[in-house]
Amino acid sequence: MLLKLAWRNIWRNRNRSLITMSAIASAVLLAVATVSLQQGVWGHLIKNLVSLYTGYAQVHAKGYWEEQTLENSFEIDKAVEQQVAGTAGVNAIAHRLESFALASSGDKTRGCLVVGINPSEEERLTQLSQKIQSGHMLKSDQDGALVAEGLAEKLDLKLGDTLVLLTQSFYGSTAAMKTPIRGLLHFGSPDLNNQIAYIPINRAQYWLDASGRATSLVVGLERPENLPAVARSLKNSLPKTFEALTWKEMMPEINQHIEADSAGMYIMLGVLYLLIAFGIFSTLLMMLAERQREFGMLNALGMQPWSIARVVLAETVFLTLCGSLAGLLLSYPLVWYLAEHPIQLGGDMAEIYAKFGFEAIFPATIKAKIFIDQTLVVLIVGLVLAIYPVWRVLRLNAVEAMRH
Amino acid sequence: MQTVIDAHNISKVYNPDTIPVHAVNNVHLHLNRGEFTALVGPSGSGKTTLLNIIGGLDAPSEGQVVINGVDISNLKPNQLIDFRLHNIGFVFQAFNLIPVLTASENVEFIMLLQKKPKAERNKRVQELLASVGLSDKLDARPNQLSGGQQQRVAVARALASRPQFILADEPTANLDSHSAATLLDIMEKMNREEDVTFLFSTHDQRVIDRARRVITLVDGRIESDSAETQIKH
Repeated sequence: MLLKLAWRNIWRNRNRSLITMSAIASAVLLAVATVSLQQGVWGHLIKNLVSLYTGYAQVHAKGYWEEQTLENSFEIDKAVEQQVAGTAGVNAIAHRLESFALASSGDKTRGCLVVGINPSEEERLTQLSQKIQSGHMLKSDQDGALVAEGLAEKLDLKLGDTLVLLTQSFYGSTAAMKTPIRGLLHFGSPDLNNQIAYIPINRAQYWLDASGRATSLVVGLERPENLPAVARSLKNSLPKTFEALTWKEMMPEINQHIEADSAGMYIMLGVLYLLIAFGIFSTLLMMLAERQREFGMLNALGMQPWSIARVVLAETVFLTLCGSLAGLLLSYPLVWYLAEHPIQLGGDMAEIYAKFGFEAIFPATIKAKIFIDQTLVVLIVGLVLAIYPVWRVLRLNAVEAMRH
Repeated sequence: MQTVIDAHNISKVYNPDTIPVHAVNNVHLHLNRGEFTALVGPSGSGKTTLLNIIGGLDAPSEGQVVINGVDISNLKPNQLIDFRLHNIGFVFQAFNLIPVLTASENVEFIMLLQKKPKAERNKRVQELLASVGLSDKLDARPNQLSGGQQQRVAVARALASRPQFILADEPTANLDSHSAATLLDIMEKMNREEDVTFLFSTHDQRVIDRARRVITLVDGRIESDSAETQIKH
């Protein structure tokens, strides 16, 4: 009966309740869309930049990340490989031998990052073949290179042309190789698209005179949210001559940017919820003022103040829940649409983003947690605001209240 | 006769530290079970204050109120609310039904607070609303009822908890003569048939004429009590 009473009470002033619910629904809609979009954009960036290139974590010889030279490469060790692969949460590993090199074709030369890979390992980790626009995936026993489209364009290279690579070998001598282009890759991140080339790791080891060596062991995760646990486990278990770094440690500037952007968004959401809080509070205050006499009467009849307060609390919960649910119902199709049809900037804006290494695509992410979190925030705001009316009800004097 | 209300030396002073107002002044009141008593007097004579004190809604500045052997002045606030719930029925001047509940839910509400089982609640609701002539208005909301009908629902609600007595503050003040007469008929019937004790404050001569005992209050003091007059005669 108390819940029935609370439910009917919120419809006593239908217009006021609907306006309050609409305000809450708008806030939830805006908050869910903003957070989904922000997390979607960062998720997309991380996926582009992190899962494809750095992986979620990497194991190196100690000091490699500080000074990325072949001197800091390590000898591939089966025991370490098994230990990393066997860590809970790790679903794929891949050795890489990376070196900066000059790529050349005819009279054109470009700096690039040459990555020696084990094609099958890399495929399991990054699904590299899905980035192939033309040509086919590398094979371990076959000479050849996969070249990013942007780099190929700058060097005026096509599928089947020969790429010339020049760098310094493990022992310091000049290392040069010629290799046919087996495939052209397209990356979302312009940074990767303009500077990366893959060759089989055994060819890279031969070219760089670094037999049996790798610069990194890239770690893939079943679930990205397991990263902290996996990183902890690797850091604790690997021999002292190795280092295990997460993508956040390897690219702190991106993580800082994400955190700064998140902080800005939370400030905006805070302001939004503050405005909504005023709306809810004014409704609660009006409700309290209008019903003093009724509260007094209920108390006179024998209803304990706590029971009256429970009705007031239930009304607040109903009011905020209805608003939140309406907001969720409205936001889901919007977020779904933005996830399926990401906002894509073109023209100058896209170029500006490209300069900073970002793909100018803004997809939303659909995560139950975002929807639940925003509902909980509104609910908590409502409950906090209900403290005042509840306090007033608990201090109720039936005779004074009935004089209203 | 069983004593239901025994009020000794009741005084109520408002603003004792500034300009004291003696709303009730040294009142002694004794009500037995089954009485049908009107508390009369001009506006400001202290009728409502005295009813509030007897009903445990207000505390006296001095004196003691004993209801059915329980000194309610010694009860803690929560105990007092529970005591009201189980022992006292209230009928207010301004109907004071819960606007979002139907007539039957308004009557049931008190029994729900008393945690009575559903079957008992349903039976009593039907009985009470039938006894006040509103069997056909079970599902009507207060705003769908006339003033007289609302006051009859309020009487049914007051009786729902099977109280020791009912306090009614100017129950007919907002009613037309026909509705007032119907309400008084119902209250008299309840008093006669169910032995319910009624104490009501009123200005209404129609009510005074029907009361079996009339207590007149002037300036917070009992000026006359028909029960004492009868004894003297």
